[in-house]
Amino acid sequence: MKHTETDSTGVDWRSESTSAPDMSTGERLREVYEEQIRTPLLVAWADWRTRIGFLIIGFYLLMALVAVLGLWREPSTSQAPRYLMLFENMKYPLGTTASGVDLAALIIHSTPAILLMITAGAVWATGIAVAIGTLAGYKGGRVDRTLMSFSDLVMAIPGLPLVIILAVTLNPENPILLGVIINISYWAGLGRSLRSQVLTIRENDYVEASRTMGVSTPRIIAKDIIPNLMPYVTVNFVFAARYVMFASVGLYFLGVLPYSTQNWGVTLNFAYSGGALFSWSAAHWLLAPMVAIMGLSLGLILLGQGMDRVFNPRVRTRMAGESKSTASDDEDATVTEVL
Amino acid sequence: MVNYYVRRTARVFVTIFLVASLTFGLVRLLPGGPFTLLRAQLLRQGVPADEVDARIANLQNIQPDAPLWRQYIDYMLALFQGNLGESISLGEPVVSVLASAAPWTIFVVLVSTILVFAVGIFLGSLQAYWEGSRFDQVVSGVSISLMSLPFYVVAVIALYVFAYQFGWLPTAGTVANGVERELGIPFIVSALKHSVLPIFSYTIGAIGGQALAMRGNSIQVLGNDYVQVARLRGLADRRIATRYVARNAILPMYTGFLLLLGFRLGGTVILEQIFSYTGLGYYMISALNANDYPLMMGTFLVITVALVLGVYVADLTYSKIDPRISAGESDEAY
Repeated sequence: MKHTETDSTGVDWRSESTSAPDMSTGERLREVYEEQIRTPLLVAWADWRTRIGFLIIGFYLLMALVAVLGLWREPSTSQAPRYLMLFENMKYPLGTTASGVDLAALIIHSTPAILLMITAGAVWATGIAVAIGTLAGYKGGRVDRTLMSFSDLVMAIPGLPLVIILAVTLNPENPILLGVIINISYWAGLGRSLRSQVLTIRENDYVEASRTMGVSTPRIIAKDIIPNLMPYVTVNFVFAARYVMFASVGLYFLGVLPYSTQNWGVTLNFAYSGGALFSWSAAHWLLAPMVAIMGLSLGLILLGQGMDRVFNPRVRTRMAGESKSTASDDEDATVTEVL
Repeated sequence: MVNYYVRRTARVFVTIFLVASLTFGLVRLLPGGPFTLLRAQLLRQGVPADEVDARIANLQNIQPDAPLWRQYIDYMLALFQGNLGESISLGEPVVSVLASAAPWTIFVVLVSTILVFAVGIFLGSLQAYWEGSRFDQVVSGVSISLMSLPFYVVAVIALYVFAYQFGWLPTAGTVANGVERELGIPFIVSALKHSVLPIFSYTIGAIGGQALAMRGNSIQVLGNDYVQVARLRGLADRRIATRYVARNAILPMYTGFLLLLGFRLGGTVILEQIFSYTGLGYYMISALNANDYPLMMGTFLVITVALVLGVYVADLTYSKIDPRISAGESDEAY
């Protein structure tokens, strides 16, 4: 039932390959814009989680911009009185450390590198995971065995300990390289769970139909399989990004990673070893980087959660008001109640 | 079918073999070579050069001057016999250090992961069924906030509040100093007390993630017709949520469980450091700081083997959990 309904409106991603031939390029471009960009954005924006997520991420991007453009002073020792509390002196809103470093400067100037790092790590991890997971799950047979043996091998290597050893060996200071190294084996687990999802998806009727019609494998994977995985992939993209941030900050906190630029983890490390945990006059020193970490990860998670709706075809048609059959469901409460 | 299990078992050995080779390679990649520092140290202490070489050979079961292939074969043969060399900083065989460390790590990781998984699945499936309800919103909100809290932050705060401020729980170690290290009531009580904070900090944050993952999976399952049918049959909400939805949403979670175990095993390097909990992760970092490469690689290898076995178990039990995918059927190629 649902398939035919959505087919006629052209919102459904499955219909594209069958309804496309009669259209001109312009029409098709317009349709692609409508389907791939406008509707998803509308759906995304309609969800409060995405909206807040966007705003938070936007705020961090702004911070990165401030740092890159040099609109805030660089952190350096003795640039301010020591142990200023939060908002005690509005010139140094977040206070200062034991050696008189402006905490706001530390936080702001850490942002660009961290954003670069988590993006690089997440793109790397999810990209490879999707490629390998879908191909292995869909193709089966020898391809599956080879790819899964490979991911098993990679997965067999514990993440953080490997990163520690690689960090000692390679001394990576470039944030992009560091992001990739931290997630160097992250894709394997994700690829494997994607594969297990593909195993059930590939048994669906429409996949079999495509196969019988002789649609090529890459096309089936792109049109029939990956859209079904999208909610899972987006959520995991965010998890991968979060993992990079947590792991890197944690390892900086332990003092294991080499650092050339500022990082919240380094700040945390100095605060912790500076005894900030035990005296109230220095608590803000520990809190500022913690809040920075939690804020960014909150933004990422909200965005991931919201994107879940964008890519979940069932929710999407419902949101776009195309489908009447599911609109009466009690689950529909989300849409109205949450707005 | 039998064939599959045989092949899968063979792969475990191949994987362990390859990872062992990798550790061999990594040791040699480490800056300045693993034993340069030690050699310099010993020579400075006035130990004769011959003896220095002999001692170093003893440490990692290799002759530093032998050709690479010779070193490799010696290393692998020693590994095969369960010999991981000798710890430089502790002066004990690596195997005995790890044997005393591993149970603590496994205990903490296992208990915490099972808690995460059980609570997460329960919450997530209920949430998905009542998608959009007050319950869903509250639990989602709490989950998301918990998820944005890295476990080491939880650990630091928990340590501050429960150990330093209130003094309810110990601040460091696996058992109290005065307690005999043998199985008995005082030992178990002390060990449990010491494990509460590590387990707590490692569990709380991760529950949110599992609940949300379960929720996501379940929402997809909810779109299926058989759930509608179940509802039309008038089955109780709770029954549908647990029997119909949870069951079908659990497969990706199940593989996830064993992966999680692996990731979390690695995460203990940070956790154990904060609580000075002398498990595998603790020794890995202290080995790293002491340039104790045999111990470091030994820890790495043991964590790795644990992971390999975890994934192996996942694969063998896969078809038991989801009958749609039998081990043999998944080999069909398109």
